[in-house]
Amino acid sequence: MTDTQSPNLSRRDFLKIAWAFFGGVAALETAGVFLAYLQPRLAEGEFGSVITAGLVDDFPANSVTHIPNGRFYIVRIGDGGFLAVYHRCTHLGCTVPWDQTAQKFICPCHNSQFDQQGTVENPPAPRPLDLFALAIEDGEVKVDTGNLIQRQTYDMAQVVYP
Amino acid sequence: MDEQTPKPEPSIFERMRNRLTPDGVPADERGRMRMVMESLVLHIHPAKTDVNSMKWTYTWGLGGLSALLMTILGLTGIILINNYTPAAPQAYLDILEINSNVWFGELIRNLHHWSANLLIVVAVLHLIRVFVTGAYRPPRELNWLIGVVMLLLVVGANFTGYLLPWDQLAYWAITVGTSIISYIPLIGQWLMQLVLGGPEVGANTLLNFYSMHISFIPLAIFGLMSYHFWRVRKDGGLTLPKSSKQLDDPKPERVTTIPHLVNREFIFALGWSAAILLFAMFVPAPLEGIANPALSPNPAKAPWYFMGLQELLLHFHPLIGAIVIPSLAIIAIFTIPFFDLNLKSVGVYFRSQRGRYLTALAIGISLIATPVWVLLDEYVLNWTLWLPTWNTLISNGLIPLAVILLPVIFLDDWIAKKFQADTEERALFNAAFLFTAFIVLTLIGIYFRGPGMSLYLPWNMPVVVH
Ligand code: HEM
Ligand code: HEM
Ligand code: FES
Repeated sequence: MTDTQSPNLSRRDFLKIAWAFFGGVAALETAGVFLAYLQPRLAEGEFGSVITAGLVDDFPANSVTHIPNGRFYIVRIGDGGFLAVYHRCTHLGCTVPWDQTAQKFICPCHNSQFDQQGTVENPPAPRPLDLFALAIEDGEVKVDTGNLIQRQTYDMAQVVYP
Repeated sequence: MDEQTPKPEPSIFERMRNRLTPDGVPADERGRMRMVMESLVLHIHPAKTDVNSMKWTYTWGLGGLSALLMTILGLTGIILINNYTPAAPQAYLDILEINSNVWFGELIRNLHHWSANLLIVVAVLHLIRVFVTGAYRPPRELNWLIGVVMLLLVVGANFTGYLLPWDQLAYWAITVGTSIISYIPLIGQWLMQLVLGGPEVGANTLLNFYSMHISFIPLAIFGLMSYHFWRVRKDGGLTLPKSSKQLDDPKPERVTTIPHLVNREFIFALGWSAAILLFAMFVPAPLEGIANPALSPNPAKAPWYFMGLQELLLHFHPLIGAIVIPSLAIIAIFTIPFFDLNLKSVGVYFRSQRGRYLTALAIGISLIATPVWVLLDEYVLNWTLWLPTWNTLISNGLIPLAVILLPVIFLDDWIAKKFQADTEERALFNAAFLFTAFIVLTLIGIYFRGPGMSLYLPWNMPVVVH
C-alpha cells in the first residue's frame, strides 16, 4: 500500500517516476536518431555546395544569366554589382524563367512576377526571390548554394561588387 | 473374409484435400455457423447477420469496395516493384519499359493507377455515408477516428505514388504540393527539406517517397484496416437502417452469414473487379515527358485531390489557405463524434425529414455561392491593392477569411431560427454547405484553371506548347 500522507516518496512511486523519466528520454533519443538519419544528404560539387559561375568579365553590366546546375541566375545590375538569385519561385517552388523582352522574371505556375533584382511586382509570391551567398575571388564568381538568404525587401547591402 | 481386408489407405492427394477443406460447406445452418466461427478469414463476420444491415442502399458496399481496392493496390503494387527502380532518371525509363516491353505491364500499371484514384473517391463517399447516417456516434467514435487516419494515409499513399513515374506531371505536382509545407510557421522550411531530402525535389525525394510508399504507409493502412473491421464487430455490428418516420428498431431478422452475406460480398467484389479491369484495359494512366527541373509547365497543377486546396491558395495568404483552413477542417472531422451525441436518429439518412430538406438547401446555396465568390475574388476584390500598407497576412488572409465566414455564420443562425433546426441538423447543414464548396473549388481547379492559373471555360482552354 502506498502511503499518500508520507512526505517522502515511496519506493514504488520513485521507481515509477524513474521508469517513466528514462523511458521518455530513450524515446526522445530514438526520435532524434531517426530525424538525424533522415537529414538531407549533400554531395560535393553538386547543388548545395560552392559553385563557380564563371569569370567576372563573363557577365556584362545589366544582364541576367541562368546557371542551371546551380539553380540560380547571376544578375549583374547596371552599376556592375552582382546578385545570385535562386531560380525557385517563393510562392510554390516552380522554376522561374527570365523574360528578356519584358525584363522580368515571370513564373509560369501562378503568374508571380519579379523585377531584375527579384522584388515582387505581382503576387501571389509573398516575398522576393531568395539569394545565395556570392563571393568574388581572383576574378571568379563563386556562389555558395548551401547558403540560402531569404529576404523581405531588396536593398543595396545584398549586392556584391568586384 | 471381406471384413478382414483393411480399407484402402486414402491417397496422399485425398489426405491433403481432406486437411484443407474437411467436409466442404456444411448443409445445415449450425454447421455453417460453426464454419464462420472457426475460420480465420470469415471470423471478421458474426455467425449470423441482421438482414437489415445487408441492405445495399444503406452502406452501398462502400467500405467493402475500399477494402477490395486496397487488395488490388497491394497485389499490383508488389509486382510493380519488380520492374521499377527508385532512381532518377531510371524510374521514368522503367515506366516506359513497363508500358511497352513488360508482359501485361501497362495493364498492371493502369490497374494500380485507377484503383488508387478510385479509392480516394470511394473512401470519401464511405465517410459521407457514415456521417449522414450518424454511424459515428457512440460506441463507434473510435472507428470513425481510425477511418479518418486511414483516409489521410490513403491520400499520403496517393501523393507519394504520384512522384514515382518521374515525369513532368509528377515532378511539378510534388514540387507545388510539398512547397505548401514551407508555410508552416517556424518549422516549415526545415520540415519541407526533411521530406524532400534536400532543398528541392530530386533523387533523394524519389527514394524517400518510394520507401514511404511501399513500406510504412501500406503497412499502417493494412494494420488499421484489420482493426477497423474488428471494431465493427466489437461495436455490435453495423448500425441498422431506419426510415425517418419509424425511429424504433425494425424487427431484427438474422440469417446465417454463409451463404447470405458471404455470397453477396463475393458477387459484389467480382462485379467491381471486372469493371475496374475493363476500365484499366481501355484507359491508360497518364504519362508525360521526363521530369525537367529547369522547365515548369504552364499551368503546374497539384494532383486532382489537392485541387480544392490549390484553389484556396489562389485566394488566401498561404498560411491561411494551406495551413489554417485545412487544419481546422481536419480537426472538425476528427472531433465530430464528440460533439454530436444524439443517438435517436442513428441509421436514418440525413437525420430527419427536415434534415433532408436542409441538406438539399445547403447544397443548393453552396452551388451558387461558391462560384460567385470565386469570380468576385478573381475579378473584383483586391485587398492587397486596396490596403497596400497592410501586412499581406491580414489583407490577403484574415480579411477574405472574415468575408466568407460571416455569411456562413449568418446562414447557420438563420436556419436555427427559421427552421428550428437542432444542433445535429445544423451540423449537417454546415457540413453539407462546406463540403459542397470544397467539391466546387476542386472542380474549378481541375476544369476551369488554365495557363497562369487564370479562369477559362473548359471548352476554350488554351494549350501552351513548350
Ligand atoms: C493505399 C495504397 C496505395 C495507393 C493509393 C497507391 C498509389 C499509387 C499511385 C497513384 C502511383 C502512381 C501510378 C502512376 O501514375 O504511374 C503508384 C505507383 C507505384 N506504387 Fe502504389 N499505391 C498504393 C500501394 C502500393 C503498394 C502496397 C505497393 C508495393 C508494395 C506500391 C508500389 C508502387 C510502385 C512500385 C509504383 C511505381 C510504378 C508506377 O508508377 O506505376 N503501391 N502508387
Ligand atoms: C481504407 C479505408 C476504409 C476501409 C477499407 C473501410 C472499411 C469498412 C467496412 C468494410 C465497413 C463495414 C460497413 C460498410 O461497408 O459501410 C466499415 C464501417 C465503418 N467505417 Fe470504414 N473503411 C474505411 C475508411 C473509413 C473512413 C474514412 C471512415 C470515417 C471517417 C470510416 C468509418 C467507419 C465507421 C464509423 C463504420 C461503422 C459504420 C456503421 O456501423 O454503420 N471508415 N468500414
Ligand atoms: S509557384 Fe510561382 S507563382 Fe506559384
